[in-house]
Amino acid sequence: MEATAPRRPLVRLENVSKHFGEGEARVDALRGVGLAVHPGEVVGLLGPSGSGKTTLLNVIGCILEPSGGRITLDGETVYDGRWLRADLRRLRLEKIGFIFQFHNLLPFLDSTDNVAVVLDLAGFGAGEARRRAVELLEYLEVGHRRYAFPASLSGGEAQRVAIARALANRPRIILADEPTAALDSARAAVVMDLLRRLAAEQQTAILAVTHDEKIYDRFDRIFHLRDGLLEQEQVMTHPRRKP
Amino acid sequence: MNLAYRDIRHHFGRFLLTCLGLSLLLGVVLSMIGIYRGLVADALTLVRSPAVDVWVVESGTRGPFAEASRIPGDTREAIARLHGVVAAGAVTYQSVETRHRGTKLRLQVVGYEPGRPGGPDRIVAGRPIVRSHYELIADRRAGLVPGDRLRLGRNLFTVVGLTENQVSSGGDPVVYITLPDSQELQFELAPAAARREVARGAGPASTDTVNAVILRVVPNMPPERVAAAVRRWRQLAAMTQSEQEEILTRSVVEKARRQIGLFTTLLLTVSAVIIALIIYTMTMDKLREIATLKLIGAPDRTIVGLILQQALAMGVIGFGFGALLITAVKDHFPRRVLLQPEDGLALGMAVILVCVLASGLGVRLALRVDPAAALRG
Repeated sequence: MEATAPRRPLVRLENVSKHFGEGEARVDALRGVGLAVHPGEVVGLLGPSGSGKTTLLNVIGCILEPSGGRITLDGETVYDGRWLRADLRRLRLEKIGFIFQFHNLLPFLDSTDNVAVVLDLAGFGAGEARRRAVELLEYLEVGHRRYAFPASLSGGEAQRVAIARALANRPRIILADEPTAALDSARAAVVMDLLRRLAAEQQTAILAVTHDEKIYDRFDRIFHLRDGLLEQEQVMTHPRRKP
Repeated sequence: MNLAYRDIRHHFGRFLLTCLGLSLLLGVVLSMIGIYRGLVADALTLVRSPAVDVWVVESGTRGPFAEASRIPGDTREAIARLHGVVAAGAVTYQSVETRHRGTKLRLQVVGYEPGRPGGPDRIVAGRPIVRSHYELIADRRAGLVPGDRLRLGRNLFTVVGLTENQVSSGGDPVVYITLPDSQELQFELAPAAARREVARGAGPASTDTVNAVILRVVPNMPPERVAAAVRRWRQLAAMTQSEQEEILTRSVVEKARRQIGLFTTLLLTVSAVIIALIIYTMTMDKLREIATLKLIGAPDRTIVGLILQQALAMGVIGFGFGALLITAVKDHFPRRVLLQPEDGLALGMAVILVCVLASGLGVRLALRVDPAAALRG
């Protein structure tokens, strides 16, 4: 009988903590957080305001330095008491895609260039970057809006272009901050289905912070954060869990 | 992908208006430099026009432009006999105010001896003075044309020729008349005053006085040697052409030069502050985009390039428009605006330097932007 190799998590946090201030002013935003997200998984992060969700996302995104613990991304330990890589922006460019609540598209670039800019930063030639950008836009069904500027896109279209940008450099990890907050229910469901499809097809780990109860059934697992503690893991058993 | 160009293209109207505003400011700076150059050039025109080597004036003075100088009219004949002197001419200089076709006209009147140094170097219309009295050659800026008649003192003069770009250090157009006419204009008393002088026993005043005698020396003869020979006459002072030019630029127009220089410096400083503010504001408008760029992995050089390229584009376009604008309108200024390529180049370089320095504020702001700001609502 052939043994199945255990899947290596793309995101692994071990005893990660983060505090702001010292003494009486000290606030513990994260306390001993441990988390592992595997390829193809879509994980939700829930919690009330101030519970540490954004801090956790910033820590995983190498934007905020933790106070302690160990972070491993795509098999590479990037933090172990200190950052182990000097070029964190390059690390983000290579491994992580970001999806924002308000899409954050660059207003002076059209849809194609908003996607191509990531490829340009990664060193692709202009022609190749635009070709791949158009492919991605087509894949996300917004190819017909390739020359449109963000101001003329609808909320759903803008979010799809933002997802295309997050995927442009084929990152192994996607961090999404309230990806459906600016969308109505129908568009939110479409975007989440899209993310699930991407996770499955590209074996990407997706970690999304959300308050949107209507999309809970689109997650494989849901974590609850309260006062900096990752309290509870809820494995979803919804039939849509495996698309 | 050139983000600076894309941003400019997307906000082209706003960028163009900003450049136009800046171009007006830089145009004013350029015009101030041109006015300064024009002031110096105007001041030197009169002293360079006769193309002489030595100026002989009254002892103890630095005349005839910086101070009043009166020497006897026959001084020229004595000096012309000095070794090394090729030609000598007696000249007078005076400012007069008259009226022409109902408008006030301020003129710098030069009296000279036709055929000797001191007259106009080039006549662009009409002819030289050929009669010994009541003919006049005027600069175009006086608004006179050949055939016009103009009253100077008690006499009526006919304009026979025109010169170009002949003005005094004060910007007044120069007119040339014969030496006897200018001596009469400058030194002869009005009839009533002359009668009074005779009545008090002073006798009729002599008008055979000139303000300076100007000399050309033989080639290869140092003008200093002739000047030194002249200075042996204790009633006379002598200076070389370069000394005379030095007096004009250092004494006569010095205050105006410093005033314009100070004003130009102030304008450049104001331009630098405005450029810095514009770039800072442009950067402030893009903080969220800069945070997003940082978050998706853009290196600092991409962010710095975005700000610096926009600043340089604004400076170069603003300067270009400004230079074009001033070139187009410079001839409508009341005083000469002399635009020299080296001044334009120097200002252009200064603008580029100012843009680079001014963008420092914006760059500093951009580099301090927290990538996490992109995640905030």
